[in-house]
Amino acid sequence: MEAFTTHTGRAVPLRRSNVDTDQIIPAHWLKKVTRNGFEDGLFEAWRKDQDFVLNQPERHGATVLVAGPDFGTGSSREHAVWALQNYGFKTVLSSRFADIFRGNSLKNGLLTVVVPQDVIERLWKLTESDPAAEITVDLVAREVRAEGLTQSFELDDNARWRLLEGLDDISLTLRHEADIAEYESSRPAYKPRTVEV
Amino acid sequence: MGRTLAEKVWDDHVVRRAEGEPDLLFIDLHLLHEVTSPQAFDGLRLSGRTVRRTDLTIATEDHNTPTLDIDKPIADPVSRTQLETLRKNCAEFGVRLHPLGDVEQGVVHVVGPQLGLTQPGTTVVCGDSHTSTHGAFGALAFGIGTSQVEHVLATQTLPMPKFKTMAITVEGELPDGVTAKDLILAIIAKIGTGGGQGYVIEYRGSAIEKLSMEARMTVCNMSIEAGARAGMIAPDETTFAYLKGRPHAPEGEDWDAAVAYWKTLRTDDDAVFDHEVYIDAARLAPFVTWGTNPGQGAPLSAAVPDPASFADPSERLAAEKALEYMGLRPDQPLRDIAVDTVFVGSCTNGRIEDLRSAASVLEGRKVADGLRMLVVPGSVRVALQAVEEGLDKVFTAAGAEWRHAGCSMCLGMNPDQLAPGERSASTSNRNFEGRQGKGGRTHLVSPQVAAATAVLGHLASPADLSDVRTPVEA
Repeated sequence: MEAFTTHTGRAVPLRRSNVDTDQIIPAHWLKKVTRNGFEDGLFEAWRKDQDFVLNQPERHGATVLVAGPDFGTGSSREHAVWALQNYGFKTVLSSRFADIFRGNSLKNGLLTVVVPQDVIERLWKLTESDPAAEITVDLVAREVRAEGLTQSFELDDNARWRLLEGLDDISLTLRHEADIAEYESSRPAYKPRTVEV
Repeated sequence: MGRTLAEKVWDDHVVRRAEGEPDLLFIDLHLLHEVTSPQAFDGLRLSGRTVRRTDLTIATEDHNTPTLDIDKPIADPVSRTQLETLRKNCAEFGVRLHPLGDVEQGVVHVVGPQLGLTQPGTTVVCGDSHTSTHGAFGALAFGIGTSQVEHVLATQTLPMPKFKTMAITVEGELPDGVTAKDLILAIIAKIGTGGGQGYVIEYRGSAIEKLSMEARMTVCNMSIEAGARAGMIAPDETTFAYLKGRPHAPEGEDWDAAVAYWKTLRTDDDAVFDHEVYIDAARLAPFVTWGTNPGQGAPLSAAVPDPASFADPSERLAAEKALEYMGLRPDQPLRDIAVDTVFVGSCTNGRIEDLRSAASVLEGRKVADGLRMLVVPGSVRVALQAVEEGLDKVFTAAGAEWRHAGCSMCLGMNPDQLAPGERSASTSNRNFEGRQGKGGRTHLVSPQVAAATAVLGHLASPADLSDVRTPVEA
């Protein structure tokens, strides 16, 4: 996983609530069998509209997505995270993320940051009036900073450590292989097995 | 203090617990399908890992599979590649697979329960958000992403952050014509698409206890549409009766031991939920969605809401955008909305009882002129059962199309899609923009409402059908 320490970049203000993962990456893109090449599918339907915020020339190269509440609802498709990363986003800010999307993002090094909706509103106003305005997301200090604004955010120590170090979850789990083997040895016989009957 | 059902199942699966770390949970059953697994198998290959427990892993093909001409090569080369990739991966890693054409093939969440693999007190995961379906058995069942699929393949465990508990208690009797689908749509409209965020929901109360296993699956299936981590129902005699004799259900002494354990899986009387919601079943009515998320719903007898009536600015904006996308006017009666397509199927409502329910409305009636109705059984086994009962004949006699099993138009990854601007009444689970095809408009409904809508050509319930049925010729 890509490590995340601190990132500063221009933003895309996305004034929509309930952005589901079908909007982030439509289902027909899910037929791909790789983790890359999803950038053109990101918000595909909305990008057909020339006025959509992502199509504005001043937003090109932006790396911080400032989203409305309930971002990433619906399907568990991790392709939504890959599409955002493939496009160039490093971090997404919202007042509330759907659980599966949040888990997926943190496993890929896309930092999803929860801040109160009034902070989102201020960031929307700031970046709409000044597209060159930069936002810093500092995982070391657990802070979001922009002109006239410093906001702390929560992220549990374990998730933060894994992100800062860019650690692979599977390797971490396999350090406890003995615990897994011990658990397996005491599972009841009636538990289901998929072996053909 | 006592524990809730969810806490009991969770505690029974903790492999490792350490201060400041998520619990490491053992996974009893891992279901795979073609869409969210290829990158996970690639990851295993890249790091030289194997599948730790092939005996707890099973795969099927559902999202991409065509529902017509299944004996011919799949026309879309990208879909074909994805299915071939799953076949190669399952062969290489030794995972049992039920491919297209196999008698056990079907939507992954229909297949697991009908094989008897989904059992009370188990942990079930799948790279699909509707894994919450399996909670109907008192299993703790989570939808996961592809990185987690790889993690479970490699370790048969998952580190999971703590959850909060919510009880949704439904007391009383569901009125005639009100189904599990109407109930869950009403619940989501009440608590919102983010209302369940961070929670495992336990559905309980007399109305839930009276539901069949299949109806319970419909309820738990849509827990994710309320944002919940999982949905559960305590196992009882209905659960045990459903499981008894299924291919993977325990037998003999194992059955007795299993039932003894399953009977302990009830929330203790002194357990405390973090949040509680109460619903009076008697006040419910057939429920449909008008918007572009499953929380934007209303009773069929109501009208499309006026966005101005929403106090919350983000909800108001969402309603405005939804009405624009859906091509609806504020205050338009929901019953006046005409549809082009009716879809009966999906992991929400593609089981035998759903098909029976739709067929009972359609019997002796005709699908409205110019309306397309697709009936897609959730699995090959469901299809075979339906044929045995003659339901396929009821559908085709009414003018509906009887198709092969799969996810089909629920998400339109196969050729079953809405054209831009087309409108459907669908028994599936998501009415997101473009979900059933680019520019398509979806109204989520129960199988009964779907069938009545197919007959009348506009959103309707069986109570709206005042016609005399045409007797079916022998």
